Amino acid sequence: MTEFLFFIEVVVAGLLAGTMYSLVALGFVLIYKASSTFNFAQGAMVFFAVLAFVGFMELGLPFVVAFFVTILLMGLVGFCTERLVLKPLRTQSEDTLLMATIGLGFVLEGLAQATWGVEVRRLDLGIGDFPIQWIIDSTGLFISALDLTAGFVAAFLIIALALLFKYTKMGLGLRAVADDPGAASSIGIPLGNIMLLVWTAAGIVALVAGMMWGARAGVQFALVDLALKALPVLIIGGFSSIPGAIIGGLIIGATEKVLEVYVGPYFGGAIEGWAPYVMAILFLLWRPEGLFGEKIIRRV
Amino acid sequence: MNAKTVFMGYTRSDLANLVVALLVALVVIPTVVQTDYWYSSILIPWLCLSLAAIGQQIVMGYTGQLALGAAGFMAAGAFACFNLILRVPYLPFPVALALSGLIAAAFGILFGLPSLRVRGIYLMVATLASQFFIIWMIDKFGWFKNYDTSGIITAQDILIFGKPFTSPFEMYLVVVVVVTVLTILAINMTRGSTGRNWMAVRDMDIAAESMGISLLRTKLQAFAISAFFCGVAGALFAFTYLKSLEPVAFDIKLSFKILFMVILGGLGTINGAFIGAAFILLFPVVLNSIGNNLFHGAIDATIISATEQVVFGALIIIFMIYEPLGMAKLWYNIKQSVRSRFAPRSELPRQRAT
Repeated sequence: MTEFLFFIEVVVAGLLAGTMYSLVALGFVLIYKASSTFNFAQGAMVFFAVLAFVGFMELGLPFVVAFFVTILLMGLVGFCTERLVLKPLRTQSEDTLLMATIGLGFVLEGLAQATWGVEVRRLDLGIGDFPIQWIIDSTGLFISALDLTAGFVAAFLIIALALLFKYTKMGLGLRAVADDPGAASSIGIPLGNIMLLVWTAAGIVALVAGMMWGARAGVQFALVDLALKALPVLIIGGFSSIPGAIIGGLIIGATEKVLEVYVGPYFGGAIEGWAPYVMAILFLLWRPEGLFGEKIIRRV
Repeated sequence: MNAKTVFMGYTRSDLANLVVALLVALVVIPTVVQTDYWYSSILIPWLCLSLAAIGQQIVMGYTGQLALGAAGFMAAGAFACFNLILRVPYLPFPVALALSGLIAAAFGILFGLPSLRVRGIYLMVATLASQFFIIWMIDKFGWFKNYDTSGIITAQDILIFGKPFTSPFEMYLVVVVVVTVLTILAINMTRGSTGRNWMAVRDMDIAAESMGISLLRTKLQAFAISAFFCGVAGALFAFTYLKSLEPVAFDIKLSFKILFMVILGGLGTINGAFIGAAFILLFPVVLNSIGNNLFHGAIDATIISATEQVVFGALIIIFMIYEPLGMAKLWYNIKQSVRSRFAPRSELPRQRAT
């Protein structure tokens, strides 16, 4: 029984850690949906956003003010990206855009470090990264409060985004742009504004993801490497699906933890580093478009 | 390809380039450069990384497969070379080098398999697996490191038929010879049917397939040859530059650097690999010396390395927007404009299809 309980615990911890991957993947999906751009810089945006947030806090701004100032800053980053990087490259191939966003990622990482330094900072959200007592008492499971919060925040963000897309005029415009940017702009949907909105939304998601990661592991450069794991998540979930990003994150998180605990010891441990990527490869062989992605049709 | 060939399919300018390159490498540099610093800190790493960049160029610039794992294959080559020399007695260094290239090529084929199904960012994620897996494997299985627990293993001396090559200049000579031979090989491949197939696959894989080019063969061949180049480059890098073997030296950052060399240098050109490697390697050196000499260390080292990142990133964006063919194309444009000023119009070389 205790062994089964331990298994459940591993799975739950994995699922909740997976929501953190989902949060990074979510920002990626937003931008991909609206502009068919693989934004490789999403990981760098997570790092940039949370470092800026911590930086503003250190200046003495209260939590909420720092949060909104950072969101404004991410909007500005999105605006500059749209004007300076994406607009001139709109007619180029996907691979060119991808390479440009790799460059963008390096610019953001460098800017963040030049402005706020490289030392690891602690981020205290007032939520401890330790098991919650009443859950231990009632079920015997050790579940971290931070993991649980991340799960709730992810759920909240998804519902908010889904409502935004479904019921607002902006959301309708966004879906139109995602469908056919040319047609959308010809009927008067302001392409620039929509892009600005999407990048700001991706910036908010990046900030939230960064705060969750930062509270756990400290605000540091290693966040960028962690964010790379959002890529296998996207391959499993599909690049253009918000539920896909969440479910992909849960699958990766849970499988990674289970493999690490039950298979890892036979190979000397630390297989978490590559297991998600190998899972992504295996998944690609079966369903290249991901669980929820649109089928890729290529023509000569 | 309109220029007349004078020797075994090479044009006069090819031979002139080779002679000039060899003269510079083997006569000019040894007479001008006397300090070890230049050999061991600039020339050797530049040539090694150029070789790795050629490997990346083959798979990305010529075959159009977005791969991000060159450093993993370099690590495979470096540790293969270490183990071959350690475990096989009397194995001459060049043979060990070639064998480690082949071992890296085997990994290349294995991790190139996903390229048969996917492309673009999907392939990039798949190749990231090779990066993380190879480094992990070397790290976790003591056999690869000869059960060394210190973490840093000193590379063996380079012995070629009993003669040790240990001074920076001698090592430089070894590197020059290997890089020259492999560069000529790479140029030959890209100009022959192998390279034509790669480029056909790059430009439109479905069309290439319908013209009878086997995608399976062409892509796996590109991955294998690319990994071979990276493997040899990794072994040289470890034995002549780092002089030690540690998996950390071949982390994802090095893969990104090699990717940048190829993008900035110019996709689909061999000289772009050399130009890009020189830029990526020299720019931080220049930036550091500006920081030290001009501002007398007033600027923090972290600021300098952050500036470096911003400049590399920004340059990638700028090149993607204004000159997607990279620095090699800029160099070509300069050459053309100089030539057109001095040559009569009829003698202008026509642009070669790349």
